[in-house]
Amino acid sequence: MRRLLVLGAGTAGTMVVNKLRHRLARADWQITVVEPGDTHYYQPGYLFLPFGTYSPDQVVRPLRPLVADGVDLVRGEVDRVAAAENRVLLADGRSLPYDYLVIATGVTPRPDQTPGMLDGGQWRRSIFDFYTYDGALALARALDAFDGGRLVVHITDMPIKCPVAPLEFAFLADAHFRRRGMRDRVELVYATPLPGAFTKPVAAARLGSMLDERKITVEPDFLVERVDGTTLVSYDEREIPFDLLVTVPLNMGADYVARSGLGDELNLVPVDRSTLLSRAYDNIFALGDANDIPTSKAGSVAHFAVEVFTDNFVAYAAGRPMTGRFDGHANCFVESGGGRALLIDFNYDTEPLPGRYPVPALGPFRLLDEAAVNHWGKLAFRWMYWNVLLPGRPIPLPAHMSMAGKHLPHAEE
Amino acid sequence: MPVTSIAGRDIHVDAEGFLTSYDEWTPELAEQLAAQIGIDLTDAHRKVVAFLRDDYATQGETATLRRVSTLSGVGTKELFTLFPKKPAKKMAYIAGLPKPHGCV
Repeated sequence: MRRLLVLGAGTAGTMVVNKLRHRLARADWQITVVEPGDTHYYQPGYLFLPFGTYSPDQVVRPLRPLVADGVDLVRGEVDRVAAAENRVLLADGRSLPYDYLVIATGVTPRPDQTPGMLDGGQWRRSIFDFYTYDGALALARALDAFDGGRLVVHITDMPIKCPVAPLEFAFLADAHFRRRGMRDRVELVYATPLPGAFTKPVAAARLGSMLDERKITVEPDFLVERVDGTTLVSYDEREIPFDLLVTVPLNMGADYVARSGLGDELNLVPVDRSTLLSRAYDNIFALGDANDIPTSKAGSVAHFAVEVFTDNFVAYAAGRPMTGRFDGHANCFVESGGGRALLIDFNYDTEPLPGRYPVPALGPFRLLDEAAVNHWGKLAFRWMYWNVLLPGRPIPLPAHMSMAGKHLPHAEE
Repeated sequence: MPVTSIAGRDIHVDAEGFLTSYDEWTPELAEQLAAQIGIDLTDAHRKVVAFLRDDYATQGETATLRRVSTLSGVGTKELFTLFPKKPAKKMAYIAGLPKPHGCV
């Protein structure tokens, strides 16, 4: 009996075990997934919790029914991976041997990594995050009570999960305050370590002008050193005072990754960007946010990567070469407020461009353009997530990015 | 690919002036590149640049600011003093490496 061990039953881990259970014979393969909690969260829904668009029950499901029959679900906390011995040690002393290991424990917001953020007396008083379930719900209450002042949306450092989510939060906050008739009493500031609204030029220009139109002030190249009470202080000594801070804390991989000697300076696992195979061990893969590939940390990336990985793994485990090559494909809806959204579609080499998706000229989705159809796509995606993606059912979208339907920017005359 | 002439030598650069060939870099060239962005190189700068060059040689990617501060022993605060405002970009420019892409 061969053993595949997966650490983490989040988006990537759950998809992997469900897909591979259908591909690997039960008589030959034991598939085990380790997860400390018994709940699965629909993380894209966190963005909507602070504004009351989603209720808490829409983003939470018990984990067990989401994991395919024939997959062993082990409740436990990983202490470390003993890679040289091909075994994983759990905090309670159990030891799980493996032939192949998939690390899919993602990244976690770490407010403890910025002095004064968690320990300055303002956490969950005037400092909030929305990348955790509790944080998003606490922020909902804070937004309800907020009666004006300076709201700062802030990113600590890159990379972060869903790098467009802070922008979406800013757009939705603008719409929220307008709807409440109090936009003139709120100053919105967007503080980012990036030189602009986004990393890729065409999208940065488009999203930057959307911030301008909404009178959201951008504070670029702002790398926070510490939080001093209710003031953000950068390494080059710029200060941004706030009444309400919505921050994205430093995102780090799991601490056991560092303890096991498998991580980089952010506890991310270095992998081959085409196959997601560890650069240090030839029987360890890292999928989803847990690896160091240079693309967005996002569910869509995890999904497209898992598609490529599944075929590769079946071949690899049979002693054949991995022929699938992941291209870094990401596909993200960007809520812009007022019932509209943009869609961006990109990979390692091609930045987000305008056009239509998935069918050239017809869409129905509009790339890099605000439209109601994109908003409905984003809302419909929640159903897709629970019912199609997580169970590992095929969806009729190619894993690799396509240039069809995309428009290249015109060269400057 | 644009070619520029620095200190009497032809150097391959990208649209933003970052060197595109690792081996065309020399310590003397670093002095010129630094001067172009208003930095007078000191030993403190050179130590950081040497770290970036070595790290790139093994990793194949330009180190992020966090990686430099974690591994080189030069803290982020000091990096901002040495290479004001945009340290990650300026360090890479002087070290003759591609702009770090850590930000996606």
